[in-house]
Amino acid sequence: MAENKSFQLRIITPDRVFYEGEVDMVEFNTTEGEIGVLPGHIPLTVIIKPGILHIYEAEAEKHAALHSGFAEVLPESVTILAEIVEWPEEIDEHRAEEALHRAEERLRSRTPETDIARAETALLRAMARIEVLR
Amino acid sequence: MASMRDIKRRKSSIQGTQQITKAMKLVSTVKLQRARANAERSKSYFDCMFRTVNSILSRVGHVEHKYLLPGNSQKKAVIVITSNRGLAGGYNSNVVKLVTRHESWNKEDIVVYAIGNKGREALARNGYEIKEVLSEVVEEPAYTDAMLLSQRLLKAFAEDEIGEIYLAYTSFKNTVSHEPKLLKLLPVEFEEQSAEEAKEQNSIMNFEPEDVEALDMIVPKYITSLIYGALTEAVASENGARMQAMDSATSNAEEMISDLALKYNRARQGSITQELTEIIAGAEALG
Repeated sequence: MAENKSFQLRIITPDRVFYEGEVDMVEFNTTEGEIGVLPGHIPLTVIIKPGILHIYEAEAEKHAALHSGFAEVLPESVTILAEIVEWPEEIDEHRAEEALHRAEERLRSRTPETDIARAETALLRAMARIEVLR
Repeated sequence: MASMRDIKRRKSSIQGTQQITKAMKLVSTVKLQRARANAERSKSYFDCMFRTVNSILSRVGHVEHKYLLPGNSQKKAVIVITSNRGLAGGYNSNVVKLVTRHESWNKEDIVVYAIGNKGREALARNGYEIKEVLSEVVEEPAYTDAMLLSQRLLKAFAEDEIGEIYLAYTSFKNTVSHEPKLLKLLPVEFEEQSAEEAKEQNSIMNFEPEDVEALDMIVPKYITSLIYGALTEAVASENGARMQAMDSATSNAEEMISDLALKYNRARQGSITQELTEIIAGAEALG
């Protein structure tokens, strides 16, 4: 069977088209765990969790920090509706590290008022940012 | 007939006004181009968002979900998007009318979230309850602003402070046509017909997590995107409306100036004729 080796990937944010192109594979983090999508995937809609986005093009490999949104996967195309997504060069490492410490601190000194879900998201976000930079 | 001096003074004051309206027109033309590019860039995001939400809703059908049922409160929250400055023709009053002229709404049940000073002023004058004012947002709409507002609204909805959420704004069709629109955000309504179509296309779509859980997470994003979309369109419409208003003001001024120029020339001619008559009459009396 002559199967197509690549598929169309579109990443759209409210202000711009973040990425558009033919890719061989894309990987990202979802609420159900990390997934990698190859051409011919069954139709699927997933919610995104903060993590690293890997884009595998024919020649090159790209990374970005993807924080929230959802993705629509179809056999020939993948559309990611991202609320927040950043290329490594757009990330402020210093700020990300500060945010990481703040979130860790909040989780450690847990008080009844702490919004744990929010602190965890903040932690994941900061971790994704720092990891993308490395 | 008015004296020459009066006409001259009037004419130069109108010329001054014309210069201002002309400059304002140019400014809003530039702003319109930027706002329009913004609105168009974000369009694909909303189209895609709308399609996805519709396809999810068509799959889950009439499930008993909190976002699909009206809340236990009579109160209706209305987000009113207007401009901070006037001189934009009927732009602001048309949006305000959507709220004040609504047939089945009682003034007491409405809670206004005002974005834009003009709308806030008009509604406060009419005795509406203004819950929040977010006027600086209109200057440069950011997605974060829409996100924070929708979080607060959903919280109020969850705590039964409000039962329904509406959005009043001006939708941008093209440079010359803008339409005031009232949109229902919550409970989410979807068009049955397009739902049927979507159903056929998406009958094999899988959801992770399950449909209902996915709704919990997608609906807030959907509402945020609608608010943000309305903001970008409203800004484009505002500048379009102001451009039109200033354009017609400039051409009205032009008309008045040429009218006054005619009057001035006539008055000048009249005074010359009068002077001549006086001189001739004087000469004859002497001779």
